[in-house]
Amino acid sequence: MDMNEIKEIFFQECEEQLAELESGLLKLNDGDRDPETVNAVFRAVHSIKGGAGAFGLDDLVSFAHVFETTLDCVRSNKLEPNQDVLKVMLKSADVLADLVTASRDGGGVDEGRSRGLVKELEALARGEMPSGGASAEPAKPAAPKPAAAKAAPAPAAAPTDDSGFQPIPFTFDGFGGEEETLMEPTTFEVQFKPRRELYAKGNEAALLLRDLSRVGEMSINCDVSTLPAFDKLDPEEAYFSWTISVKTDKNEQDVRSVFEFAEWDCDLDVKVAQVATEELPMVPVPFDLSALDDDAGDDDQDNADDHAAADAVHAAETASNVTKLAAAAARVEKKESQSAAAAAAAANAANAANSAGQTIRVDLDRVDRLINLVGELVINQAMLSQSVIENDTTGTSAINMGLEELQQLTREIQDSVMAIRAQPVKPVFQRMSRIVREVADMVGKSIRLVTEGENTEVDKTVIDKLAEPLTHMIRNAVDHGIESPEKREASGKNPEGTVKLTAKHRSGRIVIELADDGAGINRERVRQKAIDNDLIAADSNLTDEEIDNLIFMPGFSTADKISDISGRGVGMDVVKRSIQALGGRISISSRPGHGSTFTMSLPLTLAVLDGMVVTVAGQTLVVPLTAIVETLQPEAAAIHSFGANQRLISIRNSFCPLVDVGRILNFRGTQANPVEGVALLVESEGGGQRALMVDAIQGQRQVVIKSLEANYTHVPGIAAATILGDGRVALILDVDAVVAASRGQSLRQDSGMKSDMSLAATG
Amino acid sequence: MSYAVKNLAQGSRELIAFRIGDQEFCVNIMSVREIRGWTKATALPHSPSYVMGVINLRGAVLPIIDLSARLGMRKAEPTQRHVFIVAQVKNRVVGLLVEAVSDILTVTDENIQPVPEVSSELEKQYARGILAIDKRMICLIELDALFPETESEVA
Repeated sequence: MDMNEIKEIFFQECEEQLAELESGLLKLNDGDRDPETVNAVFRAVHSIKGGAGAFGLDDLVSFAHVFETTLDCVRSNKLEPNQDVLKVMLKSADVLADLVTASRDGGGVDEGRSRGLVKELEALARGEMPSGGASAEPAKPAAPKPAAAKAAPAPAAAPTDDSGFQPIPFTFDGFGGEEETLMEPTTFEVQFKPRRELYAKGNEAALLLRDLSRVGEMSINCDVSTLPAFDKLDPEEAYFSWTISVKTDKNEQDVRSVFEFAEWDCDLDVKVAQVATEELPMVPVPFDLSALDDDAGDDDQDNADDHAAADAVHAAETASNVTKLAAAAARVEKKESQSAAAAAAAANAANAANSAGQTIRVDLDRVDRLINLVGELVINQAMLSQSVIENDTTGTSAINMGLEELQQLTREIQDSVMAIRAQPVKPVFQRMSRIVREVADMVGKSIRLVTEGENTEVDKTVIDKLAEPLTHMIRNAVDHGIESPEKREASGKNPEGTVKLTAKHRSGRIVIELADDGAGINRERVRQKAIDNDLIAADSNLTDEEIDNLIFMPGFSTADKISDISGRGVGMDVVKRSIQALGGRISISSRPGHGSTFTMSLPLTLAVLDGMVVTVAGQTLVVPLTAIVETLQPEAAAIHSFGANQRLISIRNSFCPLVDVGRILNFRGTQANPVEGVALLVESEGGGQRALMVDAIQGQRQVVIKSLEANYTHVPGIAAATILGDGRVALILDVDAVVAASRGQSLRQDSGMKSDMSLAATG
Repeated sequence: MSYAVKNLAQGSRELIAFRIGDQEFCVNIMSVREIRGWTKATALPHSPSYVMGVINLRGAVLPIIDLSARLGMRKAEPTQRHVFIVAQVKNRVVGLLVEAVSDILTVTDENIQPVPEVSSELEKQYARGILAIDKRMICLIELDALFPETESEVA
């Protein structure tokens, strides 16, 4: 495994940590004060910092460090995480995400912004409340180099343990420069007691001590008092602790940084031995060894036999130079850690079995390959069944039973494989909260994003492709949908706008709703705009719904001025197209003064579908089962001509338009006789039922969806293709498009007509 | 592979020649994936006249282009003896219906004569040169130029 691979894993983990961070912060924002939440947030930042340090990503480390410091104040209850504080923190999380991205893909981040946040975070750590409001990043004049930001955080990270230190306010500007040039050597007393986890994670006390020796002149005392008799020795336990005095011209932070990656797994205490000079950020605290001894006693209560140990304690207290003992101790430790490493693997395995929700990281390509293969298996199984049925009229029960079992098995395999790809929509929703924050900040609105059903699972491809249109719509909602706080107040609404994002499963599809409580669609303006842009005729008579749907027309933007956020000319038509490319539908409903709701309905997976196989004009087509309400054999008496070439079928006393699928797809030139065929009663996304006329029903089966677009283009009226049991390609009908076409819009390939078609498909 | 590399180094290339009606054409062999026997294609609604439909190529849906119709000649009447040349055109794979594959040619650039000036726009667009081999005339066509719309339409 080379460095790049490890780095790649680091970035993958970063993404998870960032998600954790953001969800934790949002929880805090909602008033959650659970210490575990704070810890989770802190851990996320700390892990990113740790990993980034290992890869020398200095910008990332320095920013994460400042962030961590501030979070630590929250953790130790020195800073109340109120709304203003969290606002800064959420922004910092965004910048941290940007920095991670920049480190991975190259490119820069907004330096002014990150520097502004560093200042704010530091201010928070000092206990100053933010001035409030969005004036966080009035782009500070680009400072000479990132090193300034790097130097600043170093002295700030005082309270990383619970030893009762209070952060002392001081100015970084004055300090950063002197950091390296502090001439007065200081002696630090370092208490270092590793826990067993330290060794289990592959750290080595001897190496840490060696690193420490590079910081300055050092003398070490090893406390072996807790070492039990040999027969009671647990090879994985850590028994030693060290008292080290380091004489150095570096500051405490440098001493601490030696233990940076071990500090979770050891008791560490760094104190200044002498009376500190003025520049030092720490108030000297009397050295209290007894407290430490108590701790140690708690840790290893059962092996508290102390013969000969008293001498060692005594030696430690005098803090004299006993390097020999230390060296010997290090050797013992080494042996110990070797056996510990071996045992650690076993312990880890046991842990893995115990903890719930274990996951593995698998390359998506591998999953896709598996899914494709299973798809082939399903097709093959169907082909096999078909040929057995065709060739075997006697119906040998053994073969048929075997085939049936095979069919069940393949279906189960397919379901399980599909489940691998199913992911909650949460990550996408989380990304949206950032967009809401940023856009709201930019346009000076105060907007809350409420999400619901984030654990709704849907195929990974759907999730990936959902982000872009959703981003666009969220921006629209924030920029155009929600009014300015003044306007809202004037119309008696809460000045803080709400955008609600909901996901839910509904009849085999996932429905995502984006609702804002803004002004709703200004129908008069939309209509006027459409007339101005020659999208509709000036005298056309449109229903409210039709007007609302005009915003999906290409090149339609109602923003009065083109803003940075939305209204660049590409608009809802792009959103609509990307949703349609996913096999989804989008519709809008709007109430003036109360806001608009966009409803997207998407397939759960892009890979399989339950369909009814039908024959139309000699062609085999598949109709998605989800669209079909019922099937019926029309009787001549139920068919009524309506106008020149429309026909209605009466079903239980209601009349439903008959749609000849063969005619609409241009498979035949004349209308088929309805009495000879079968009618499929379908419900389209826009509501309303249609009876689709097909010639015959062949059966019902699950089909694997194959993209037509991969090697060809989109075919109007056709959603996708599949491969049937006989190995031939069958087309999957796009019911909504066909229904829309039956409303008078042509399905022709002609690009000029395409917009009409897509417009109608929503209606 | 080494053979192809050697040829390329010497400035020569390999072309695959096929017959449509009484004319011969050739395309760069590097864009050809495989050659398959004829199977019935599933018709696509609302497709251009030269798109015959789609077939199943080991699980992938492969559009079939009637090359004869695409080149502006009369529509092919496929028989069992017709073959599909499965070719990579840009990032897509298409099947080209031709009457028969006739030859594999190794030519250098000197063998390729420029296309004479003809009035037909279509020929100008797709023809990249003419080869004279054994008194036969073989027209080198550029597949990318034949299907420029496949990309723009979806983009």
